[in-house]
Amino acid sequence: VTERTAPLEVELTTGRSSARRPARVRIRQIGGASLVLALLVIVVVAKGPHAVGQASVDGIVSGSYYALGAVGLTLIYGTLRLINFAHGDMLTFGAYIAYVFNVSLGLPIVVAFVGAVLATALLGLGFERIIWGPMRARRAGVLQLFLIGLGLAFVLRNALLFVFGSSARSLRVNVTNTVQVAGLRIADAQLAAVIVSAVILVAVGLALKATSLGRQIRALADNPSLAETTGIDSKRIITITWLLAGGLAGIAGVVLAESLGQMTPDLGFLILLSLFAAAVLGGIGSAYGALAGGVLLGLAQEWATMFVDSRWKLAVGFVVLILVLLVRPTGVLGRAGRTS
Amino acid sequence: MTLALSLNGLTSSEFWLGVGIEAAIYGILAVGVQLNVGTTGLLNFGQMGFAAFGAYTTGILVADHGWSLWVALPVAVGVGAASSVLVGLATVRLRADYFAITTIAVAEMVRLVATNADSLTHGTSGIYGFDLQWQDASATISSWLADAGWHADPQVPLLLVSWLVLAVLIVLFRWLTALPWGRVLRGIKEDEDAVRALGKNVFAYKLQSLALAGACAAIAGCLLAFSLTFVVPQEWVSIYTFFGYGIVILGGLGSYAAIAPAALIFMAVLEAPRFLSLPLDSDKIAALRFIVFGLLLMGIMMFRPQGLVGKREEMTLNR
Repeated sequence: VTERTAPLEVELTTGRSSARRPARVRIRQIGGASLVLALLVIVVVAKGPHAVGQASVDGIVSGSYYALGAVGLTLIYGTLRLINFAHGDMLTFGAYIAYVFNVSLGLPIVVAFVGAVLATALLGLGFERIIWGPMRARRAGVLQLFLIGLGLAFVLRNALLFVFGSSARSLRVNVTNTVQVAGLRIADAQLAAVIVSAVILVAVGLALKATSLGRQIRALADNPSLAETTGIDSKRIITITWLLAGGLAGIAGVVLAESLGQMTPDLGFLILLSLFAAAVLGGIGSAYGALAGGVLLGLAQEWATMFVDSRWKLAVGFVVLILVLLVRPTGVLGRAGRTS
Repeated sequence: MTLALSLNGLTSSEFWLGVGIEAAIYGILAVGVQLNVGTTGLLNFGQMGFAAFGAYTTGILVADHGWSLWVALPVAVGVGAASSVLVGLATVRLRADYFAITTIAVAEMVRLVATNADSLTHGTSGIYGFDLQWQDASATISSWLADAGWHADPQVPLLLVSWLVLAVLIVLFRWLTALPWGRVLRGIKEDEDAVRALGKNVFAYKLQSLALAGACAAIAGCLLAFSLTFVVPQEWVSIYTFFGYGIVILGGLGSYAAIAPAALIFMAVLEAPRFLSLPLDSDKIAALRFIVFGLLLMGIMMFRPQGLVGKREEMTLNR
């Protein structure tokens, strides 16, 4: 195994290490960061530090489930070139599984969380085995894959609607207790959700960066045929990627339901386009990009609510999605040529 | 016995009248989808947004500005086409998958504006009273039918008009796509670069395809508004765009004539759960309807991607 992966590691380190990263990429990243900073300064001047601080806290809460969802979405796109329209509904599935464990069976939230993550990971793998794998083998076209994904999304969402009904459900977590630091408020449940998300996202980020498995996933995302010639077992990596993406979707679903305080069967579907926006913002196919894109989008939405009615919050995601695709389809943080 | 009883719903005239009207309206939407996807190879997922443009233009011009309906309707169709071109101008150069996602986002944006821009669209309370002239016309048609000895349901004129429009559009689009113009569109679908190498302005042709699809969507939107008698934002969700896709792939990509039977079959299957008098509450029946739709979409795409009468080669989009 070491013999096979050695050349790959060389290639990845030479291609990716920050020391040899092309200057243009660095400039762009610095440019992106300074853009965000400039934006921050403007809103702070306009609205005062406290309002901005509170909006930023709320933004990080929503940014955490956007990031979790978008990383999974982008991993699947990266490795399989598949835009998974059912991803939002996989989040919903995770949330409802947690509901079943936590409320119907009366188990502690931690057990429910783990159960939801495992179930959603298996759901992702199940879809791969029953639908996506066979479709790849038959060389299905873009339209075919899109409509299958959309059909799957309708089936999943409405199966949940069929079983649980359309009334809102809540997990058994305390949503009224809040923590207050320096005048900024955050609900206990939201704080827990943010911490869990942060830990998981950092762990996934490190695993993708530093472990052999993570490098293989990224290699396959970068260039599938080249990755196969270097001896990567693509079938195994695809299995692991689906488990990972599904698991992250499950986590995102529970975090989302916990942050909002309730769930309905269109929970995840409603944020699907925001997840696309986050993934595209970070350069679709790039896991780190999706992470940053998710947090950025969460912040942008909450900052925007200081200026416009919060009814328009979703519009921020649409506008970001449309603008990024029009102006920089490779993503604000992405590399040129990644998407072609 | 229960089954025999419950199947009665499917033979009632109420069921077929509803299915017939919906089939024609979504068939008209599907004609536009067929032109974009089946003929030009453009994955336009925003049809319902353009339909909303049509319905809202009619509603606002007639109910709020006192226009005659018969003037507002052609304007609405023009607005549908223009909005489609406007979106296309910005997005049509994108890759197929990005184009699809952008058009969905645009359609959702339209719905969001319709929901929240109360002063223009009346938000969720909706627009009423724009269809008085249509109701007069409908009553006139009913009286003609009565003179001919057919005392029809008040919805029958809408059924007849919708199917007439669908039939005209099918004939028109079959003719258009048989012209050299249509051959260029099919060429774009097969191999865009080759068409460009022949000196054709691919960008302009794609915009023309989008404009006509937008016009179809606007017509469908206006007829849908007539059948509902009101215009509210929640009627323009993107799911209904995929009703158009469902009809197109059921009939087969590239075939306009197949849209008519496919629309009937599709809507009959979709509406059946509502009329089977299943022992379920309405929530669950609505869910069942979309489960059936999702399975239908997946099933066709997985096992018979060429549709009922389509050719397999039509499935391969260039890119």
